[in-house]
Amino acid sequence: MSALLDVENLRVSFPTRSGVVEAVRGVSFTLGRERLGIVGESGSGKSQTGRAILGLTPPHATVTADRLVFDGTDLLAASEKERRTLRGKRIAMVLQDPKFSLNPVMRIGEQIMETLAAHGRGSGAEARRRTLAMLEAVQIRDPERVFNLYPHEVSGGMGQRAMIAMMLVAEPDMLIADEPTSALDVTVQLQVLSILDKLVAERGMGLIFVSHDLRLVSSFCDRVLVMYAGRVVEEIAADRLHQSQHPYTQGLLNCLPKLGQSRHPLPVLDRKPEWAA
Amino acid sequence: MTEALAIKGLAVEFDDFRAVDGVGFSVAEGESFGLVGESGSGKSTVLRAVAGLAPVTEGAISVSGETIGHARSKAFYRRVQMVFQDPYGSLHPRHTIDRALAEPLAVHGIGDSERRILKALDEVGLGKGFRFRYPHQLSGGQRQRVAIARALILEPTILLLDEPTSALDASVQAEVLNLLEEIRRERGLTYVLVSHDLAVVTHMCERLLVMQHGRPVELLTSADLAARRIETPYTRELMVASEGFRREEA
Repeated sequence: MSALLDVENLRVSFPTRSGVVEAVRGVSFTLGRERLGIVGESGSGKSQTGRAILGLTPPHATVTADRLVFDGTDLLAASEKERRTLRGKRIAMVLQDPKFSLNPVMRIGEQIMETLAAHGRGSGAEARRRTLAMLEAVQIRDPERVFNLYPHEVSGGMGQRAMIAMMLVAEPDMLIADEPTSALDVTVQLQVLSILDKLVAERGMGLIFVSHDLRLVSSFCDRVLVMYAGRVVEEIAADRLHQSQHPYTQGLLNCLPKLGQSRHPLPVLDRKPEWAA
Repeated sequence: MTEALAIKGLAVEFDDFRAVDGVGFSVAEGESFGLVGESGSGKSTVLRAVAGLAPVTEGAISVSGETIGHARSKAFYRRVQMVFQDPYGSLHPRHTIDRALAEPLAVHGIGDSERRILKALDEVGLGKGFRFRYPHQLSGGQRQRVAIARALILEPTILLLDEPTSALDASVQAEVLNLLEEIRRERGLTYVLVSHDLAVVTHMCERLLVMQHGRPVELLTSADLAARRIETPYTRELMVASEGFRREEA
């Protein structure tokens, strides 16, 4: 199987007043048509990894890599225009909070139709039909009604479904989901995940699922990369997570309170400087 | 056993919206009690109503047997203090940690602030070196420690904790939860903890109330929950959801 995405030695650095900060320091992985989880705590570089692949790194930062190839296209050599064509059409991204990532003054249906228009995948009646079908695919019961609503008129879970619909309507090959359910309630979270899961499986997409929640990711993905201080410290098959070798991964799993287990005090993470080396 | 906090038939209304409806529970002295629910369940509003930050439309709240009126007295706040969810939003960005900790002492006319501030910082595991820093110079976990120190400095008997670790990373959450437990043990404090995370609540509390749409759903002990002795479908749903994603086998 040829890889959809090939990343080798990806580095993202930000100039700051107190010197250069390296947010991502040499991350390498390949992605096929599978579900890959990237897990880490704040500042681990997981989100910047996803953003660099999409080309959404802020302009003042520097992105370098030995290889950053998406389906035969060298992303680093691609012009801004070529990147723009890929974005949305072939690589899409679902962000954390629908409250901030949907346009507040545009009806939900129009926003989804805009995606189609932007990538020349139909407009007018055809786009409307596809939009409604997509809203139905994300299990919105009354697509006609939701089509005409503004983002503030829907709940968080509904907004996130609309966002997923918007990202998937152009039928991308790869989806990057950055904490797609962290702003949602637990029960809603699972509904949104199962929709995402079904669509990814049906359409044969590659999925990168970025999250801080190790347990959630391992229950959802095939493979997990654990990041710490800008590096991948461990790569592990999701169903073998309990056999993880790296003390950071073990520590992360251990420090969560678990139902039915009484551990007082909770084990805390003893951060070793060599993990970041 | 004496009751530290008792709530009877509490209702909170904002204009026409009833955010909390008919909630009642009592917390014994030294007990840790949890409120669980999803967003909009009214769990935080209950806490805010106790603290005087949300209007009590109906019902009664009493602390150590004394019924609390509409206006909270200074004496009330010496006994009851609150820690908020977002340590980024609950500390004044242009006040040093020293000033944030000195403020409650000044309000209550308590002297000896030098010693008390140092003691409070020490108690939450922050050294003297943090005293004259600003919030933006601290990490999320350190800020939440400051927020806890600010609440503790008045030596209250009841702490109201509103999602105290939800904004923190998992490893930092463990540290803050351990700190809260340690303080409770040492001072014999009473906690009311609000969280959306069932595992956190069962870890921290002896008993808990599950809420949905502003109403109480089920009152149970953490031991019951852990052993899955659950009466209502909603609690069971929450329980299943907290166990992570499960792919339905085709």
